[in-house]
Amino acid sequence: MAERPEDLNLPNAVITRIIKEALPDGVNVSKEARRAISQAASVFVLYATSCANNFAMKAKRKTLNAGDVLAAMEEMEFERFLEPLRDALEVYKKDQRGRKEVSEQKRRDKERKADSENEKSREEEEEEEEEQQHMEEEPEEEAEEEEEDN
Amino acid sequence: MSQTNSGKDSQASEAKKAISLPISRVRLIMKSSPDVSSINQDALFLTTKATELFVQHLALTSFNNRSQTEANTLNYSDLAKTAEESDTFHFLTDILPKKILAQDYLKTLEQMQDEDSDF
Repeated sequence: MAERPEDLNLPNAVITRIIKEALPDGVNVSKEARRAISQAASVFVLYATSCANNFAMKAKRKTLNAGDVLAAMEEMEFERFLEPLRDALEVYKKDQRGRKEVSEQKRRDKERKADSENEKSREEEEEEEEEQQHMEEEPEEEAEEEEEDN
Repeated sequence: MSQTNSGKDSQASEAKKAISLPISRVRLIMKSSPDVSSINQDALFLTTKATELFVQHLALTSFNNRSQTEANTLNYSDLAKTAEESDTFHFLTDILPKKILAQDYLKTLEQMQDEDSDF
Protein backbone atom coordinates (compact mmCIF):
# COMPACT_ATOMS: atom_id res chain seq x y z
CA MET A 1 0.00 0.00 0.00
CA ALA A 2 1.05 3.56 -0.60
CA GLU A 3 1.88 5.03 2.76
CA ARG A 4 3.02 8.49 1.79
CA PRO A 5 1.54 10.64 -0.96
CA GLU A 6 4.91 10.85 -2.69
CA ASP A 7 4.75 7.07 -3.14
CA LEU A 8 2.27 7.78 -5.90
CA ASN A 9 4.78 9.85 -7.84
CA LEU A 10 6.88 8.45 -10.60
CA PRO A 11 10.65 8.98 -10.40
CA ASN A 12 11.50 12.41 -11.79
CA ALA A 13 14.77 11.38 -13.36
CA VAL A 14 13.11 8.70 -15.47
CA ILE A 15 10.23 10.98 -16.45
CA THR A 16 12.69 13.67 -17.51
CA ARG A 17 14.62 11.18 -19.62
CA ILE A 18 11.45 9.98 -21.35
CA ILE A 19 10.39 13.57 -22.09
CA LYS A 20 13.81 14.41 -23.51
CA GLU A 21 13.69 11.35 -25.74
CA ALA A 22 10.35 12.46 -27.17
CA LEU A 23 11.32 16.05 -27.92
CA PRO A 24 13.75 17.34 -30.54
CA ASP A 25 17.33 17.80 -29.38
CA GLY A 26 18.09 20.99 -27.49
CA VAL A 27 14.57 21.63 -26.25
CA ASN A 28 14.37 22.81 -22.66
CA VAL A 29 11.64 21.65 -20.34
CA SER A 30 10.84 23.94 -17.45
CA LYS A 31 10.85 22.47 -13.97
CA GLU A 32 7.18 23.26 -13.57
CA ALA A 33 6.38 21.50 -16.85
CA ARG A 34 8.33 18.42 -15.78
CA ARG A 35 6.48 18.22 -12.50
CA ALA A 36 3.16 18.68 -14.28
CA ILE A 37 3.89 15.89 -16.76
CA SER A 38 4.91 13.60 -13.93
CA GLN A 39 1.66 14.27 -12.11
CA ALA A 40 -0.26 13.83 -15.34
CA ALA A 41 1.40 10.43 -15.75
CA SER A 42 0.22 9.32 -12.30
CA VAL A 43 -3.30 10.45 -13.13
CA PHE A 44 -3.05 8.57 -16.40
CA VAL A 45 -2.18 5.36 -14.53
CA LEU A 46 -5.18 5.80 -12.24
CA TYR A 47 -7.51 6.61 -15.10
CA ALA A 48 -6.29 3.63 -17.14
CA THR A 49 -6.58 1.34 -14.12
CA SER A 50 -10.11 2.46 -13.44
CA CYS A 51 -11.13 1.95 -17.08
CA ALA A 52 -9.42 -1.44 -17.27
CA ASN A 53 -11.04 -2.46 -14.01
CA ASN A 54 -14.47 -1.66 -15.42
CA PHE A 55 -13.82 -4.09 -18.26
CA ALA A 56 -12.66 -6.76 -15.81
CA MET A 57 -15.71 -6.25 -13.61
CA LYS A 58 -18.03 -6.41 -16.60
CA ALA A 59 -16.49 -9.78 -17.43
CA LYS A 60 -16.80 -10.81 -13.74
CA ARG A 61 -13.06 -11.20 -13.37
CA LYS A 62 -11.08 -10.09 -10.35
CA THR A 63 -7.71 -9.86 -12.03
CA LEU A 64 -6.86 -7.17 -14.56
CA ASN A 65 -5.36 -8.65 -17.69
CA ALA A 66 -3.68 -7.39 -20.85
CA GLY A 67 -6.97 -7.27 -22.77
CA ASP A 68 -8.50 -5.00 -20.14
CA VAL A 69 -5.63 -2.54 -20.41
CA LEU A 70 -5.82 -2.51 -24.21
CA ALA A 71 -9.59 -2.01 -24.08
CA ALA A 72 -9.02 0.86 -21.65
CA MET A 73 -6.62 2.54 -24.09
CA GLU A 74 -9.28 2.36 -26.78
CA GLU A 75 -11.90 3.80 -24.48
CA MET A 76 -9.57 6.61 -23.44
CA GLU A 77 -9.03 7.42 -27.12
CA PHE A 78 -5.39 6.42 -27.05
CA GLU A 79 -5.79 4.01 -29.96
CA ARG A 80 -2.44 5.18 -31.25
CA PHE A 81 -0.82 3.29 -28.34
CA LEU A 82 -2.43 -0.04 -29.25
CA GLU A 83 0.05 -1.21 -31.83
CA PRO A 84 3.22 -0.20 -29.97
CA LEU A 85 1.76 -1.79 -26.85
CA ARG A 86 0.96 -5.06 -28.60
CA ASP A 87 4.44 -5.16 -30.09
CA ALA A 88 6.05 -4.43 -26.74
CA LEU A 89 3.95 -7.10 -25.02
CA GLU A 90 4.96 -9.65 -27.62
CA VAL A 91 8.64 -8.89 -27.02
CA TYR A 92 8.12 -8.89 -23.27
CA LYS A 93 6.37 -12.26 -23.29
CA LYS A 94 9.03 -13.77 -25.46
CA ASP A 95 11.66 -12.38 -23.12
CA GLN A 96 9.85 -13.75 -20.07
CA ARG A 97 9.51 -17.14 -21.71
CA GLY A 98 13.20 -17.08 -22.60
CA ARG A 99 14.10 -16.05 -19.10
CA LYS A 100 11.91 -18.77 -17.66
CA GLU A 101 13.59 -21.37 -19.79
CA VAL A 102 17.01 -20.04 -18.89
CA SER A 103 16.20 -19.92 -15.20
CA GLU A 104 14.71 -23.41 -15.33
CA GLN A 105 17.79 -24.65 -17.09
CA LYS A 106 19.90 -22.85 -14.50
CA ARG A 107 17.84 -24.32 -11.71
CA ARG A 108 18.26 -27.80 -13.12
CA ASP A 109 21.96 -27.25 -13.54
CA LYS A 110 22.17 -25.85 -10.07
CA GLU A 111 20.33 -28.78 -8.59
CA ARG A 112 22.55 -31.18 -10.40
CA LYS A 113 25.58 -29.18 -9.38
CA ALA A 114 24.30 -28.86 -5.84
CA ASP A 115 23.73 -32.57 -5.69
CA SER A 116 27.17 -33.38 -6.90
CA GLU A 117 28.66 -30.59 -4.80
CA ASN A 118 26.89 -31.90 -1.76
CA GLU A 119 28.39 -35.23 -2.35
CA LYS A 120 31.69 -33.64 -3.13
CA SER A 121 31.67 -31.38 -0.13
CA ARG A 122 30.69 -34.26 2.05
CA GLU A 123 33.59 -36.20 0.67
CA GLU A 124 35.83 -33.19 1.03
CA GLU A 125 34.76 -32.63 4.58
CA GLU A 126 35.44 -36.20 5.35
CA GLU A 127 38.74 -35.93 3.61
CA GLU A 128 39.57 -32.74 5.45
CA GLU A 129 38.69 -34.32 8.70
CA GLU A 130 40.74 -37.26 7.81
CA GLU A 131 43.56 -34.99 6.70
CA GLN A 132 43.44 -33.12 9.93
CA GLN A 133 43.48 -36.32 11.79
CA HIS A 134 46.32 -37.57 9.73
CA MET A 135 48.27 -34.33 9.81
CA GLU A 136 50.08 -35.25 12.88
CA GLU A 137 50.25 -38.83 11.86
CA GLU A 138 51.40 -39.99 8.50
CA PRO A 139 49.88 -37.81 5.71
CA GLU A 140 47.71 -39.49 3.06
CA GLU A 141 47.99 -39.35 -0.73
CA GLU A 142 46.44 -35.92 -1.30
CA ALA A 143 48.19 -34.27 1.56
CA GLU A 144 51.39 -35.70 0.29
CA GLU A 145 50.80 -34.23 -3.18
CA GLU A 146 50.10 -30.80 -1.72
CA GLU A 147 53.24 -30.90 0.24
CA GLU A 148 55.14 -31.85 -2.83
CA ASP A 149 53.65 -28.88 -4.73
CA ASN A 150 54.78 -26.55 -2.05
CA MET B 1 -3.63 -9.19 -34.07
CA SER B 2 -0.98 -7.74 -36.25
CA GLN B 3 2.19 -9.57 -37.01
CA THR B 4 5.18 -8.35 -35.10
CA ASN B 5 8.22 -7.14 -36.93
CA SER B 6 10.86 -9.76 -37.16
CA GLY B 7 13.45 -7.11 -36.45
CA LYS B 8 12.07 -6.49 -33.01
CA ASP B 9 11.92 -9.91 -31.52
CA SER B 10 15.46 -10.79 -32.46
CA GLN B 11 16.92 -8.30 -30.01
CA ALA B 12 17.05 -9.55 -26.47
CA SER B 13 18.73 -6.35 -25.36
CA GLU B 14 15.84 -4.37 -26.79
CA ALA B 15 13.43 -6.32 -24.64
CA LYS B 16 15.47 -5.61 -21.57
CA LYS B 17 15.19 -1.87 -21.95
CA ALA B 18 11.61 -2.10 -23.19
CA ILE B 19 10.45 -0.06 -20.21
CA SER B 20 12.30 2.45 -18.11
CA LEU B 21 9.69 3.32 -15.48
CA PRO B 22 9.77 1.13 -12.37
CA ILE B 23 7.02 -1.50 -12.56
CA SER B 24 6.80 -1.68 -8.76
CA ARG B 25 5.89 1.99 -8.54
CA VAL B 26 3.26 1.69 -11.24
CA ARG B 27 1.76 -1.27 -9.40
CA LEU B 28 1.63 0.81 -6.22
CA ILE B 29 -0.30 3.55 -8.02
CA MET B 30 -2.66 1.02 -9.60
CA LYS B 31 -3.26 -0.66 -6.26
CA SER B 32 -4.11 2.66 -4.66
CA SER B 33 -7.33 2.47 -6.65
CA PRO B 34 -9.85 0.99 -4.21
CA ASP B 35 -11.72 -1.38 -6.58
CA VAL B 36 -8.65 -3.10 -7.93
CA SER B 37 -7.97 -6.46 -6.35
CA SER B 38 -5.27 -7.96 -8.50
CA ILE B 39 -3.33 -7.23 -11.65
CA ASN B 40 -1.58 -9.80 -13.76
CA GLN B 41 1.98 -9.38 -14.97
CA ASP B 42 1.06 -8.55 -18.58
CA ALA B 43 -1.45 -5.90 -17.53
CA LEU B 44 1.15 -4.34 -15.29
CA PHE B 45 3.72 -4.31 -18.07
CA LEU B 46 1.24 -2.80 -20.53
CA THR B 47 0.18 -0.05 -18.14
CA THR B 48 3.81 0.85 -17.48
CA LYS B 49 4.58 0.93 -21.18
CA ALA B 50 1.41 2.92 -21.89
CA THR B 51 2.43 5.48 -19.27
CA GLU B 52 5.72 6.01 -21.05
CA LEU B 53 3.95 6.44 -24.37
CA PHE B 54 1.58 8.85 -22.68
CA VAL B 55 4.41 10.97 -21.28
CA GLN B 56 6.00 11.19 -24.72
CA HIS B 57 2.73 11.93 -26.45
CA LEU B 58 1.77 14.64 -23.96
CA ALA B 59 5.20 16.27 -24.14
CA LEU B 60 5.38 16.23 -27.92
CA THR B 61 1.79 17.36 -28.48
CA SER B 62 2.25 20.24 -26.05
CA PHE B 63 5.56 21.23 -27.59
CA ASN B 64 4.11 21.23 -31.11
CA ASN B 65 1.14 23.35 -29.99
CA ARG B 66 3.19 25.73 -27.87
CA SER B 67 2.11 29.33 -27.93
CA GLN B 68 5.58 30.84 -28.36
CA THR B 69 6.73 28.90 -31.40
CA GLU B 70 10.06 30.70 -31.52
CA ALA B 71 10.90 29.58 -27.97
CA ASN B 72 12.75 26.32 -27.62
CA THR B 73 11.20 25.56 -24.25
CA LEU B 74 8.29 23.49 -23.08
CA ASN B 75 6.45 25.43 -20.39
CA TYR B 76 3.65 24.70 -18.00
CA SER B 77 1.29 26.91 -20.01
CA ASP B 78 1.81 24.69 -23.06
CA LEU B 79 0.68 21.65 -21.08
CA ALA B 80 -2.34 23.47 -19.68
CA LYS B 81 -3.22 24.54 -23.22
CA THR B 82 -3.07 20.95 -24.44
CA ALA B 83 -5.29 19.75 -21.60
CA GLU B 84 -7.81 22.42 -22.41
CA GLU B 85 -7.85 22.09 -26.18
CA SER B 86 -7.37 18.37 -26.82
CA ASP B 87 -10.16 15.88 -26.24
CA THR B 88 -7.90 13.00 -25.32
CA PHE B 89 -6.00 15.05 -22.76
CA HIS B 90 -9.08 16.68 -21.37
CA PHE B 91 -9.05 14.45 -18.27
CA LEU B 92 -5.97 16.40 -17.18
CA THR B 93 -7.69 19.77 -16.83
CA ASP B 94 -8.12 19.27 -13.08
CA ILE B 95 -4.43 18.82 -12.43
CA LEU B 96 -3.26 21.14 -15.22
CA PRO B 97 -5.38 24.20 -14.61
CA LYS B 98 -4.74 27.12 -16.86
CA LYS B 99 -3.13 29.95 -14.98
CA ILE B 100 -4.86 33.24 -15.54
CA LEU B 101 -4.59 36.64 -14.02
CA ALA B 102 -7.17 37.51 -11.40
CA GLN B 103 -8.26 40.59 -13.38
CA ASP B 104 -8.86 38.44 -16.48
CA TYR B 105 -10.82 35.98 -14.41
CA LEU B 106 -13.04 38.70 -13.02
CA LYS B 107 -13.61 39.99 -16.53
CA THR B 108 -14.73 36.57 -17.80
CA LEU B 109 -16.92 36.20 -14.74
CA GLU B 110 -18.63 39.48 -15.56
CA GLN B 111 -19.06 38.45 -19.18
CA MET B 112 -20.59 35.15 -18.11
CA GLN B 113 -23.03 36.93 -15.86
CA ASP B 114 -23.96 39.26 -18.70
CA GLU B 115 -24.55 36.28 -20.97
CA ASP B 116 -26.66 34.62 -18.35
CA SER B 117 -28.81 37.68 -17.93
CA ASP B 118 -29.48 37.70 -21.69
CA PHE B 119 -31.57 34.57 -21.38
